[in-house]
Amino acid sequence: MSKILIVADHANGKLNSGVAKVMAVAQAIGGDVDIVVFSDDSKAVAEQAAKINGTAKALTVDNAANANLMGAVLAPQVVALVKGGYTHVLFCGNALGKDTAPRVAALLGVPQVSDIMAVHSATSFDRPTYAGNAITTVECPEGTIVATVRLASFDAVAEDGSASVEAASVSATLPSHTRYQGLQAQKSDRPDLQSAGKVVSGGRALGSSDNFKIIFDFADKIGAGVGASRAAVDSGYVPNDMQVGQTGKIIAPDLYIACGISGAIQHLAGIKDAKVIVAINKDADAPIFEVADIGLVGDLFTLLPELQSKL
Amino acid sequence: MKALVSVKRAVDYNVRIQVKPDGSGVVTDGVKHSMNPFDEIAMEEAVRLKEKGVISEIIAVTIGGQKNEETLRTALAFGATRAIHVKEDGEIQPLTAARALAAVFKKESADILLCGKQAIDDDANQTGQMTAALLDIAQATFASKVDIADGKATVIREVDAGLETLEIDLPAVITADLRLNEPRYLKLPDIMKAKRVQIEATNLGDLGVEAAPAIKVTKTAPPPARSKGVMVKTVDELAAMLKQKGLV
Repeated sequence: MSKILIVADHANGKLNSGVAKVMAVAQAIGGDVDIVVFSDDSKAVAEQAAKINGTAKALTVDNAANANLMGAVLAPQVVALVKGGYTHVLFCGNALGKDTAPRVAALLGVPQVSDIMAVHSATSFDRPTYAGNAITTVECPEGTIVATVRLASFDAVAEDGSASVEAASVSATLPSHTRYQGLQAQKSDRPDLQSAGKVVSGGRALGSSDNFKIIFDFADKIGAGVGASRAAVDSGYVPNDMQVGQTGKIIAPDLYIACGISGAIQHLAGIKDAKVIVAINKDADAPIFEVADIGLVGDLFTLLPELQSKL
Repeated sequence: MKALVSVKRAVDYNVRIQVKPDGSGVVTDGVKHSMNPFDEIAMEEAVRLKEKGVISEIIAVTIGGQKNEETLRTALAFGATRAIHVKEDGEIQPLTAARALAAVFKKESADILLCGKQAIDDDANQTGQMTAALLDIAQATFASKVDIADGKATVIREVDAGLETLEIDLPAVITADLRLNEPRYLKLPDIMKAKRVQIEATNLGDLGVEAAPAIKVTKTAPPPARSKGVMVKTVDELAAMLKQKGLV
């Protein structure tokens, strides 16, 4: 039977909401599931982890070195725990998980599965490649399975459990080569592009940086994040961090509104998981209309303000 | 200071990906390939560090078949001083790539490995971290700003909550995110000059690298198709639909 370890992501005393989604994967694999919380003071977070249904034990590893989670520092500790008899170790497919999981796998001498999006068996999973344009089914070789979970693919399990919280003893030599200096949180009043429920993007048709104001105004009206196509970024209308697409951010909002975006392949790769795609474009033959749920042909400079006035 | 930059040949980001009808993989024959865009950013960063006088030598390294030589030529046109081709015709998974990179890193006594955060074909996002683990050195993934001084790198990283700053001791691995820089356009004279550089060939055996246990891909499928959408004629219709779906 499988014995699964989930490495909890958390910040400011709060468990990351992705952990309950990783539990959905662990339950699909089947077996005993422990969640481990690395922190300098893990009690509060571990109590939250203990509530996630399916948790056998919420383990705590308290160490001043775990005050801010870093892959290079976590990896040897995770490896020490895994060697105690786990068959699987699972991480959220976010910045921390992606920083840590490969390091753990390399130390264990096993390959790593990135972005599990479906579970077929304890050793077989689906994962996206080519920015989600090709879904591969993979079979893991013998040995510990180290994987990250694509959080957008799973619903969180309920949190009405009451597992025990136990301190785990971990003997590992921690590196001193990596020092945390600080975090500058996003200060924008607009929702973060990556996690926003609604996103409005502009393309090359905007024509200038000044004209992008029409997109920002509309986004603010409906409380949306703002993105852009690579063409708009390359033309210098907006900064690079707003780029949506294969080489930018891959997003999955409930509503995506593409304005003046023709729909280059690399852009479409970044928005495929949006629940509803709306396209406004002058060119009725633009490829964006092939993926749009609702399309409107016309000049965005007249249509967008009109739409804004009606919402 | 010596930098190693790993560059991967991948299907160009503008290519529409076709899954083979028999589910055996993705069509790559006769399809345009280019340097993985994130590796281009890593390469650009190395060149900028060299222009600043921080780095004195840039060694581009790739692992793969004969065609990967093009990718090394591109790296040389960017400004790599040397190019190493680890020749291997079979599929290379991240752990094997990391073992090869770690071997080259040690052999060259490099100070820093720069690479893209992920390749846009397998989207694994693993090789840099695995290489750092095998070398037992520091890593700074998803870098959007890099400053190097006094044997240390200060790196700003793109994390979920914002921008995190790490200070790491060299030697180290740094993986490039999109915001790190905008790669330059290559000039024809540089491309021509790159053609004349001798590429150094090696292979996994020469490097003393054993291929790692591999994940087997049993099936490749296209993503579920989106259902056909509707075209509306007026803003009123659009507004009504958005309201009806509870989206605004």
